[in-house]
Amino acid sequence: MATVKKALLWRLPGLASLRAVSTSSVGTFPKRVKIVEVGPRDGLQNEKNILPTPMKIKLIDMLSEAGLPVIEATSFVSPKWVPQMADHAEVMKGIQKFPGISYPVLTPNFKGFQAAVSKKMYSVGCYEISLGDTIGVGTPGTMKDMLSAVMHEVPVAALAVHCHDTYGQALANTLMALQMGVSVVDSSVAGLGGCPYAHGASGNLATEDLVYMLAGLGVHTGVNLQKLLEAGAFICQALNRRTSSKVAQATCKL
Amino acid sequence: MGNMPSAVKHCLSYQQLLREHLWIGDSVAGAFEPAQMADHTEVMKGIRQYPGIRYPVLTPNLQGFHRAVAAGATEISVFGAASEPFSKKNINCAIEESMEKFEEVVKSARHMNIPTRGYVSCALGCPYEGNITPQKVTEVSKRLYGMGCYEISLGDTIGVGTPGSMKRMLESVMKEIPPRALAVHCHDTYGQALANILTALQMGINVVDSAVSGLGGCPYAKGASGNVATEDLIYMLNGLGVKTGVNLYKVMEAGDFICKAVNKTTNSKVAQASFNA
Repeated sequence: MATVKKALLWRLPGLASLRAVSTSSVGTFPKRVKIVEVGPRDGLQNEKNILPTPMKIKLIDMLSEAGLPVIEATSFVSPKWVPQMADHAEVMKGIQKFPGISYPVLTPNFKGFQAAVSKKMYSVGCYEISLGDTIGVGTPGTMKDMLSAVMHEVPVAALAVHCHDTYGQALANTLMALQMGVSVVDSSVAGLGGCPYAHGASGNLATEDLVYMLAGLGVHTGVNLQKLLEAGAFICQALNRRTSSKVAQATCKL
Repeated sequence: MGNMPSAVKHCLSYQQLLREHLWIGDSVAGAFEPAQMADHTEVMKGIRQYPGIRYPVLTPNLQGFHRAVAAGATEISVFGAASEPFSKKNINCAIEESMEKFEEVVKSARHMNIPTRGYVSCALGCPYEGNITPQKVTEVSKRLYGMGCYEISLGDTIGVGTPGSMKRMLESVMKEIPPRALAVHCHDTYGQALANILTALQMGINVVDSAVSGLGGCPYAKGASGNVATEDLIYMLNGLGVKTGVNLYKVMEAGDFICKAVNKTTNSKVAQASFNA
């Protein structure tokens, strides 16, 4: 499967809204949401323990088994900057590529892009723009304002949100995005990945918690929560860290 | 969690910070009295009661009510449930019987011009019964409101609710009780609290319960989290431009204080991000 370049637009600063949240959009959600699992890339990248390649492959395979439709497998960047992703080529070769599941890779520069493409190249053009609240400072009001602005230029069907949970706002922000018609959400199993800008802070939205909310809303994701929890338990054990997923903590019964 | 000395509770700087309700203890007599709340009288006597800040206390029966009044309480709360098994296990009586007890308490309170807040537990799910219908929640809430509670706090006791179930429950309750008399008390056991609160706000609710540092775990799921953290709630409300009158930094200081006192790490993400834990 050919890889595609994924662009990450930074949230525009200064879009603070003082308007109250509108009540008109309560209850309208997309019927299906595509979850983009970024744990193996965004998550692991921000974990200090370097994971051996077979463990990364096993994680990705477990996530594939859980039914996640898109799994960001690795990052083609220089190992000097991101040592965790040094084994990107072996990971891509080693994972089982399930039919119907996409395995995009991050390629922040042209050199990485060249390294990642297969013989058949797709023409350059991103099929999807993922809007990232990189330091998790957004709240539902600013999410709404930002999306309103972006949706003037890009159809909502081509948009995804990538919310960080640094200030506990990720799920509420994601909910707002869904109410506005966004139907692609990035998240990370076990909420892997801290925040390089705030030591000790959390990072990604946990996929388990996202799936829990979507299931409760009756939104179809195709993801098996039980298998996802198993993948989360596996990776936390491998990294010797506690899960950041509240659902996992609640169901673990320590 | 070990017992905290009364002196520590006196020093809790809630009263220096908040313009809202402060649930500080319960006046429960007998075998069900939780050890942590045994010093309710000293706490009530010891705290500084700031003007404009309310300090309700929990009073499940008439005996507790009288003790609360004797200790200086000026506002009380009663705790009902939308689930029969939960009501029996939690307060040792069926829902109907509990309502009769509360009627006595609320009636006495009204005679003394003491306002009563009513709580409905298991509003979105029960650890024993599982699913709870919105109709049942409405029935219990209406009963509490009818007997004179000025506000009904609808509690997702085990945090299983999601925005969909929150919406359905509120739609049902709001047919009988005006939104200005309703509050939500969301637990973060499954990480859904802020999303559920956002839904409630969008539906017109403007009273929200929370706990500094997200104190309080979940007695039904060991290791799970409990209350939504006040700091994280305020962060969201500030971002939405909603006025709360609360100073976030001072809440964070209070959170830092209490976490050190009980030797626990905070459950607030805002605190984790800010204190470089």
